[in-house]
Amino acid sequence: MIAKVFVPGDSSALAVGAGATARAIADEARARGAEIEIVRTGSRGLFWLEPMIEVETASGRVAYGPVAASEAGSLFAAGFLAGGAHAKSLGLVDQIPYLEGQQRLVFTRCGVTDPLSLEDYRRNGGLQGLQRAISLGARATIEEVLASGLRGRGGAGFPTGIKWRTVAGVEADQKYIVCNADEGDSGTFADRMLMEGDPFLLIEGMAIAGLAVGATRGYVYIRSEYPHAFRTFGAAIVKARNGGVLGADVLGSGRAFDIEARLGAGAYICGEETSLLESLEGKRGQVRAKPPLPAIKGLFGKPTVINNVLSFASTPWILAQGGKAYAEYGLGRSRGTQPFQLAGNVKRGGLVELAFGATIRRLVEDFGGGTRSGRPIRAVQVGGPLGAYFPDSLLDTPLDYEAMLATRGMLGHGGIVVFDDSVDMARQARFAFAFCAKESCGKCTPCRIGSTRGVETVDKIIAGRDRPGNLALLRDLCETLTDGSLCALGGLTPLPVLSALDNFGEDFARPVPRVAAE
Amino acid sequence: MLGKTPWNDEQARSLIDARRGEHGAMLPILHDLQERFGYIDSAAIPLIAEALNVSKAETIGVVSFYHDFRPEPADGAVLKLCRAESCQALGCEDLVAHLAGAHGLEVDGHARGPLSVETVYCLGHCALSPAALLDGEPMGRLDRARLDEIVAGAKRRPQ
Repeated sequence: MIAKVFVPGDSSALAVGAGATARAIADEARARGAEIEIVRTGSRGLFWLEPMIEVETASGRVAYGPVAASEAGSLFAAGFLAGGAHAKSLGLVDQIPYLEGQQRLVFTRCGVTDPLSLEDYRRNGGLQGLQRAISLGARATIEEVLASGLRGRGGAGFPTGIKWRTVAGVEADQKYIVCNADEGDSGTFADRMLMEGDPFLLIEGMAIAGLAVGATRGYVYIRSEYPHAFRTFGAAIVKARNGGVLGADVLGSGRAFDIEARLGAGAYICGEETSLLESLEGKRGQVRAKPPLPAIKGLFGKPTVINNVLSFASTPWILAQGGKAYAEYGLGRSRGTQPFQLAGNVKRGGLVELAFGATIRRLVEDFGGGTRSGRPIRAVQVGGPLGAYFPDSLLDTPLDYEAMLATRGMLGHGGIVVFDDSVDMARQARFAFAFCAKESCGKCTPCRIGSTRGVETVDKIIAGRDRPGNLALLRDLCETLTDGSLCALGGLTPLPVLSALDNFGEDFARPVPRVAAE
Repeated sequence: MLGKTPWNDEQARSLIDARRGEHGAMLPILHDLQERFGYIDSAAIPLIAEALNVSKAETIGVVSFYHDFRPEPADGAVLKLCRAESCQALGCEDLVAHLAGAHGLEVDGHARGPLSVETVYCLGHCALSPAALLDGEPMGRLDRARLDEIVAGAKRRPQ
């Protein structure tokens, strides 16, 4: 029997040597005359264990990690092909507590299957959602999405079903499905993992949307910082076309839908939906005033559903299992699951998909195991560069849309970045403005000018110049950005700034370091 | 890795012509040109403007808006070093200081020499910060020693 060995081809796993590990295992097998098949998968999302390899045994898949290329020989010597004991043994994959404690609805296949095998995808539950959507018809498909309570996973949290219903209700000669895969928030990597590890799921979700609203063309806008995701996703589109999932006759439904992947060009602002549409049209990625909403006048002026990767990727499960089953996860107005991403100074960084409602502390302490440096946690930023910094006293806040808003934060794309006690929060506030200044599209004044004034004001506070006056000015400036900006970049930059100021005020009152005059 | 083909009007024209019929062809064309030549030569501007029926000013506006498009080719290898929050939490700014102090390499300085280092905000390897892309190859858990190897490797490479 040929033994099956699974080695991630996920780009984060490659970043710590998964490519070399795969080659070493292949070489070692050849030298020993062992017959093996190496399957390159996505990642399970247990990144501190990468490169994490798995072998198929009679009792299930057994994992080893992190496996350096130099350890290939000792793995064979330990009989790892039959699940033999080794210093890097992790036991049965499904029993690793980090995975066992999750509620994976979206990330069920990631790290399990060959991302570019449509057969693998079908065998593991793929395409059931699309099949059911075809048999239900457009109206009932949208009803399922509405019943699920799914809200936009990109950050804004707008109900996905309402968006779809709006586009379905508009008459037009052409409609579009656009996927926002411009995942620019620091601390987030779920979209990347999914496009590299289970790309057919996104294709299936977009096809469900296309059939539901009457759109025949889809675009996926992938950021250029993700070259591997762009390549894998492009290859998946071709396979889906050849397999009859995309094209003139989607799964024999008689309905047409096709997708094109487009590459971004390094502009964070293109994660904002109207700016993304401008960019797809070949223009500067400048924000559009709303209304008109993209659902009415979107890409090339046509009605457009624009959703995040994770929103689309949630819909196959919803269609296959029913909206009601999905809504049983979560709490309040936050239904279903959110793939959280643990990053920064954390011992066990990775992807944790859970129903809404888990606390920040459960994520960073129970799953994350505290800081990587071993020092105390001082701040946790939730929701990317526009999200708030939480101190220890607020770590019991539940992670759902409303609770995060109530603490003057936001969930964003579910990224959680941990900082230890060496962090200087005045510096982090300064960075929030500097980032906004660098990435502003320049269309509205509060964001374009206010961000630079913000950097200068924080600099004055750090330098100890008229602190009370400049702190008052800083708050005033934040109010202007919040109320006067055209989009979320300027509008939410005050969140990290004010949370730093309110929760870590002592960092803005430090004695001025003695430095040489400028 | 970016292309090193010297600028050539004819090749540029054929790359542009291959895409001109597509909806919103501007960015795909710019990516194709940069992949071939390693940068966007100013000679490309009138060619693109004419093919897409837009003004030269509009074309320049697009090229200059996006961080990715380079006005000049890089001499050697390009290291895109992440300096966003997750990498800050694990000392990317110390790496920036180390590049300057130990190797005289200024981040976002001129693209001359065997290695140029550029700031990037997030590569999606945040669970393995600090992260970078070296000519498109991902690297995680960077430290000073690894950076020293990267610099030495770039110096050894034939230009």
